[in-house]
Amino acid sequence: MSTTLPSDYAAAPVLADVLPPAKKRGRVAMFVHRYPTIAIGGALLAVIVAIAILAPYLWTVDPTAIAPAKRTRAPSELYWFGTDMLGRDIYSRVMFGTRVSLAVGFAVAAVSSAVGLFIGLCAGFVRILDTVVMRVMDGLMSIPSILLAIALMALIGASVQNVVIAISIAEIPRVARLVRGVVLSLREHAYVEAAIASGTRVPKIIWRHILPNTLAPLIVQATFICASAMLAEATLSFIGAGTPPTIPSWGNIMSEGRALWQVKPFIVFFPAVFLSLTVLAVNLLGDGLRDALDPRLAKRI
Amino acid sequence: MTIRTPPLLEVNALKKHYPLSGGLFGGNKGAVYALDGVSFTLEKGETLSVVGESGCGKSTLGKTILRLVDPTDGEVFLDGERIDNLPPSQLRQMRRRVQVVFQDPFSSLNPRQRVRDIIAEPIVNFGLARGSELDDRVAALMDKVRLPRDAMRRFPHEFSGGQRQRIGIARALAPGSDLIVCDEAVSALDVSVKAQIVNLLSDLQDELGLALLFISHDLAIVEHLTHRVAVMYLGKIVEIADRHALFSAPHHPYTRALLSAVPVPDPTIRRQRVILKGDVPSPINPPAGCRFHTRCPFVHDRCRAEEPVLRSAGQAGHVSACHLDDIPPIS
Repeated sequence: MSTTLPSDYAAAPVLADVLPPAKKRGRVAMFVHRYPTIAIGGALLAVIVAIAILAPYLWTVDPTAIAPAKRTRAPSELYWFGTDMLGRDIYSRVMFGTRVSLAVGFAVAAVSSAVGLFIGLCAGFVRILDTVVMRVMDGLMSIPSILLAIALMALIGASVQNVVIAISIAEIPRVARLVRGVVLSLREHAYVEAAIASGTRVPKIIWRHILPNTLAPLIVQATFICASAMLAEATLSFIGAGTPPTIPSWGNIMSEGRALWQVKPFIVFFPAVFLSLTVLAVNLLGDGLRDALDPRLAKRI
Repeated sequence: MTIRTPPLLEVNALKKHYPLSGGLFGGNKGAVYALDGVSFTLEKGETLSVVGESGCGKSTLGKTILRLVDPTDGEVFLDGERIDNLPPSQLRQMRRRVQVVFQDPFSSLNPRQRVRDIIAEPIVNFGLARGSELDDRVAALMDKVRLPRDAMRRFPHEFSGGQRQRIGIARALAPGSDLIVCDEAVSALDVSVKAQIVNLLSDLQDELGLALLFISHDLAIVEHLTHRVAVMYLGKIVEIADRHALFSAPHHPYTRALLSAVPVPDPTIRRQRVILKGDVPSPINPPAGCRFHTRCPFVHDRCRAEEPVLRSAGQAGHVSACHLDDIPPIS
């Protein structure tokens, strides 16, 4: 309903809205806006995982096919990333190499988190174990992790599985320490004392009250372990103590390109770019998760 | 002589010493005498308040009775049955009867559990109910502490401090307990909420015949709630009396000092204030003789040499550990 006002009616002009109208965002846009690092890291990692899964269908050829006549070709329309010293297509090798890096990264993160969680829980809950186990962990941490991994690889021989074992052993103490610290602080919480007073048995206290509250820092730590495991795998392969040379991995490609890097830098360049991007993606994801899960953790790790 | 039924809780010369280990190799360097010979009884349906300054051992007393820490020495009886040295299997059964409400309503509830699971936990632990019967019991408990039933599916962080304390009380009631240790249960709450929780506790006590061991430093709250009061100083009880006797005719100089520090809501009343000098001495190295002699305004030679024992001070059930009987009453 509208009322006509007399023309001489003294009315204030309609004021503009003080606040600009709120932007309407979709759910995805909202998420990206709130957690940009998770979104960017997650998206990048998703692309890399897709590459690993779809490697055979991404216009690749057999990454191990040798063609001595076509050695060290520069990147071209035919060989997108060029060819290496044995004439193998670097593009195909890099694409397939994604599989090794991701498999090693995820496997090490999973294995060392699981074992470290178990050790940390035991050490945090059983007083006698604490001293012994944590001194062993300190001992392991006093050896540079890459040296420890090299020594283990020399001991157990080269294979992807052994790379995972060697890097995991070097990473377990870090997880165990983190979990033990969290467990010790959680044990002091009144709700754990209340649970003891309510007759809750120790395994259930660990399962119900301790474990769920250690998961947030553990997940964050796992992403960082994943990133550093990929770097460690590349390092081990680069110095010839990692993935066997028959399997294309980024470390192996760089290792083989090392001798020629001043004249044919592209051999090292492409796997290095992929490795850096993957590590960056995982680290971004971890950073974002840390801030999203618990802002107070930002200073603890 | 009639055969006395044993009190619900009897604590006899209870001691808790925390050993001090110093240095790299943990050499023994004495102990913190947190509890040093505490004795009292608590009847069914009764409230005993334990008051005292920070660090006097009142929380340790609660934790030792709950067996969250093991006593160094002394005896604790529940219904005449000794409970301070029970093996773990029987200890769990004892826990069904003795529950606790903690001070901080924010750390006493697991942030990742729903209210229903928090309240149900003791019931499930002791196998008291399951399935729909369990849900009914949880709902009944929530009615008892006056929480809305739709709170069941929520997480603790969705509640205010007072509501969270109600959840904690419901958990303490859940296994059908006889004794609840309230460790500063209302100290962290706003004044208005504090009053609500105190009223809730006394209603529940009337309804269920609960005994409460109410640990507090707030004498105003204690006066409102309790039947008897025990005053602690440096790991010892210095005076136990009925509420009325303690507040109207305190015997021990420390009790007088505590009472004179309670604000009176009338600015026209001029009182004689007893203001204590100095700090509480260290419980690592408590003073010889009467532990209060370093701060007592009535100190004399005997206090420094001889430790006073709890002895009758007027009415039946009023005991006090002071050598003197002729201290002038506070006006």
